[in-house]
Amino acid sequence: MKGYRKGYRKAFQRAFPYTIPVLTGYLFIGIAFGVMFSEKGYSFLWAGLMSLLVYAGSGQYLAVNFFAPGVSFLQVIFLTLMVNIRHIFYGISLLEKFHGMGKKRWYMIFGLTDETYSLLCTTKVPEDVEEDQFLLAVSLLDQSYWVIGSMIGGIAGNFLPFDSEGIDFAMTALFVVIFVEQWMEKKNRAPEVIGVLAACFCLQIFGADGFVLPAMLLITLLLFVGRKRLEGGEEEPCR
Amino acid sequence: MPVSAFTSFLIILAVAVTTFGTRVFPFLVFPKGKEIPDVVKYLGRVLTPAVIGMLVVYCLRSTTVWSAPYGLPEAAAVAVTALLHVWKRNNLLSIGAGTVLYMVLIQCL
Repeated sequence: MKGYRKGYRKAFQRAFPYTIPVLTGYLFIGIAFGVMFSEKGYSFLWAGLMSLLVYAGSGQYLAVNFFAPGVSFLQVIFLTLMVNIRHIFYGISLLEKFHGMGKKRWYMIFGLTDETYSLLCTTKVPEDVEEDQFLLAVSLLDQSYWVIGSMIGGIAGNFLPFDSEGIDFAMTALFVVIFVEQWMEKKNRAPEVIGVLAACFCLQIFGADGFVLPAMLLITLLLFVGRKRLEGGEEEPCR
Repeated sequence: MPVSAFTSFLIILAVAVTTFGTRVFPFLVFPKGKEIPDVVKYLGRVLTPAVIGMLVVYCLRSTTVWSAPYGLPEAAAVAVTALLHVWKRNNLLSIGAGTVLYMVLIQCL
């Protein structure tokens, strides 16, 4: 039991540096959410509760608008589905990895945000820690930043000591860095180009609010059609 | 609060269950122990880099390209982040420098 605990401690220590970009981003977009929610008259505890149970960036931003008299639950479900539908594609890359994680996998699935998905799929697990423990540590750390950020926003969001406009660019930069890292491996280049081009194309046609689902469908279609040409490097999934 | 605590809680629950539903979907279609078809394994492999590409565009979706400042802060910050990363391969340095540059640019321009 003691060795087990020590393993987790090490896993958290090793995982922490990888999550620092997410820490920066989540803290600040979490704060922004907390501020929005408190302006609706909800205390920081409500913001914390929502971040604990929902844990979705754009989903929670949108959800703030649901708290109005005469809300329709059908509409709540439909709109939430529309913002988060891209997530149904994420699990496909992690099926085998999560299936080997026992009961922990339910939390791992729950925690599949854009940022956590990207880290889980692209980070090489350090050799001196158990893979399971490391992945769980990444997910738990990421969510803790989000919960803490939204609670700070709920308490004191309007009194930030400096002008933080633009700090959410940390999230964009994180994806750019992961993009570059993936680019170093030749076999990833074609899928990356497909992802960027399909997204740009759908953005032009469907606009910023509705392009993600068509983009994901187009990406899947193109990857499917190009299977023969793309299936050069047979390796383990999600690396 | 615009609606009662109970209704508020139900709204949060509805958003939570729906969000979890989108994330758990592939795991319900291919539960533990069920053979995963080769084509799905293949998609799982190539989807990650494609999704990362999509997410970069997703993060930049609200950039104004056709009027001032013509997406220049975004373009400069993305370029600095990427080039620094190719050069030094240090996550925090690339992300930190790109973010600070972006903040300076949009707050000063």
